[in-house]
Amino acid sequence: MDSSVYREQIIDLYESPLNFGELEHPDFSYEEDNPLCGDVIRIEVKLDENNRVAEVGWSGDGCAISQASASLLTEEIKGKTLDEVKAFDKDELLALIGVPLSMARVKCALLSLKVLKAGAYGLPDPSVMRDQ
Amino acid sequence: MYDVNKVRTDFPILSVEAHPGVPLVYLDSAASSQKPAAVIDAMNAYYRGYNANVHRGIHRLSEDATNAYEGARQRISKFINSPDPCQVIFVRNATEAFNLVAYSWGRTNISAGDEILLTEMEHHANLVPWQLLAEETGATLRFVPFLEDGTLDLSDLSNLLNERTKLFSFTAVSNVFGTINPAKQLIEAAREVGAVTMVDAAQAVPHMPVDVQELDPDFLAFSSHKMCGPTGIGVLYGGRDLLEEMPPFMGGGDMIRRVTLEGSTWNDLPWKFEAGTPSIAEVIGLGAAVDYLSQLGMDQVLEHEQFITNYALEALSEVKGLKVIGPAPSQKGGVAAFTLEGAHPHDIAELLDESGIAVRAGHHCAMPLHHKLGLTATARASFYIHTTTEEVDKLVQGLNRVRQVFRL
Repeated sequence: MDSSVYREQIIDLYESPLNFGELEHPDFSYEEDNPLCGDVIRIEVKLDENNRVAEVGWSGDGCAISQASASLLTEEIKGKTLDEVKAFDKDELLALIGVPLSMARVKCALLSLKVLKAGAYGLPDPSVMRDQ
Repeated sequence: MYDVNKVRTDFPILSVEAHPGVPLVYLDSAASSQKPAAVIDAMNAYYRGYNANVHRGIHRLSEDATNAYEGARQRISKFINSPDPCQVIFVRNATEAFNLVAYSWGRTNISAGDEILLTEMEHHANLVPWQLLAEETGATLRFVPFLEDGTLDLSDLSNLLNERTKLFSFTAVSNVFGTINPAKQLIEAAREVGAVTMVDAAQAVPHMPVDVQELDPDFLAFSSHKMCGPTGIGVLYGGRDLLEEMPPFMGGGDMIRRVTLEGSTWNDLPWKFEAGTPSIAEVIGLGAAVDYLSQLGMDQVLEHEQFITNYALEALSEVKGLKVIGPAPSQKGGVAAFTLEGAHPHDIAELLDESGIAVRAGHHCAMPLHHKLGLTATARASFYIHTTTEEVDKLVQGLNRVRQVFRL
């Protein structure tokens, strides 16, 4: 029986994530976990002189849905302006993931977007605060 | 051993499909058990035939409701062999029982410098209320550690239990490891230093005979919904002298004897701790659940679960990359929490659900336990009176499908 959720693309991205890794001197970064399942995602972004996303990296640990979502999201925002990142809609991300998700799993799928927006809006990075 | 297929016909939900054409394999009883028709019918009969408030009316319905409510208390009391039904206090769930004791007994008996001893394998229900109490009073929390196999490390117990220990509260059966702790031995050790004891029996009372006179804890808590009963009701059992001395938890109707504008006096046990209109239908439902389990016999229930747990641990050991946490079957209740290398517990649970198999994924309200093991989550299959070997086989097939989907 084929899985409606765990399609090839999701498993491919789980095995070989896109934009996985940390950046040196990012312009903004943010990290958050979902205490219900323990998933953690950190996103770091470098902007160019026109305030467009020049480089983006993510790291973390979690289920296939949250991991695939982070790959797809970070790929999608390359070249977008900071304002476009702030306006990025959750339905756009869910469409990119493209598989039917239950209510509980939508939370996994949207963790990366929550992290990205918190960083884009300039919330202080909790991991930096922890280190201090 | 009883006929498990006959038991299955007692549970209407077990003939419901998980998805169209996919039968339900319910392996999440440790989170909440299913209900036999007898329980559902008993609650319906109350609402349809004699719904009224208890301890108040003179009319027929109220008398019937009071008799059913107090009759259920007597049978629940007998089920755990409590010396007197007045020592069975109805609360919302085991969580509320811990909060009641922390609030009422704790705030009158615990002060700065005192120690509260817990274990590292506790459910948050038997941890957070004591954290709140310790923060308020300046008491210190200490913990009996667990070993790699999920059993308690009792080598330092004589230090952990000392003259400063005012309370030792621990679980009888771990909801993650399944470890059956040596409750009687722990209670006796605590009593030697004069500490009050409280037992989390939420995973014990549904699954094995529990005799509070034999065990002799000062307090013991369990929840109805994990033992074939409805949600919203649970029991705090307590030693009579302690309960008599304790101030009320909540104030309101039913818990008073006399009220003036200036002050009030309290009702007798158990009603002193049951303020307001209680969960009448739920108590009646729990009474029916206790009747149902008594009819099966708790010895038989334990025997069936040990058989299924043995079978499951054997079958799961054949799944490549799968690791069950917790002790050997001889010390283990009917739960198997596990990890599968290369697949996250959430993904395991979701893929199993596609095959109609309900398991839980997460930290199971035991974050410190998972943290110590270096895990953020596990998947957990739990077994009950209606679990069959065929269902365990389906779990194994489902897990092999997870391995396939994840190309493991």
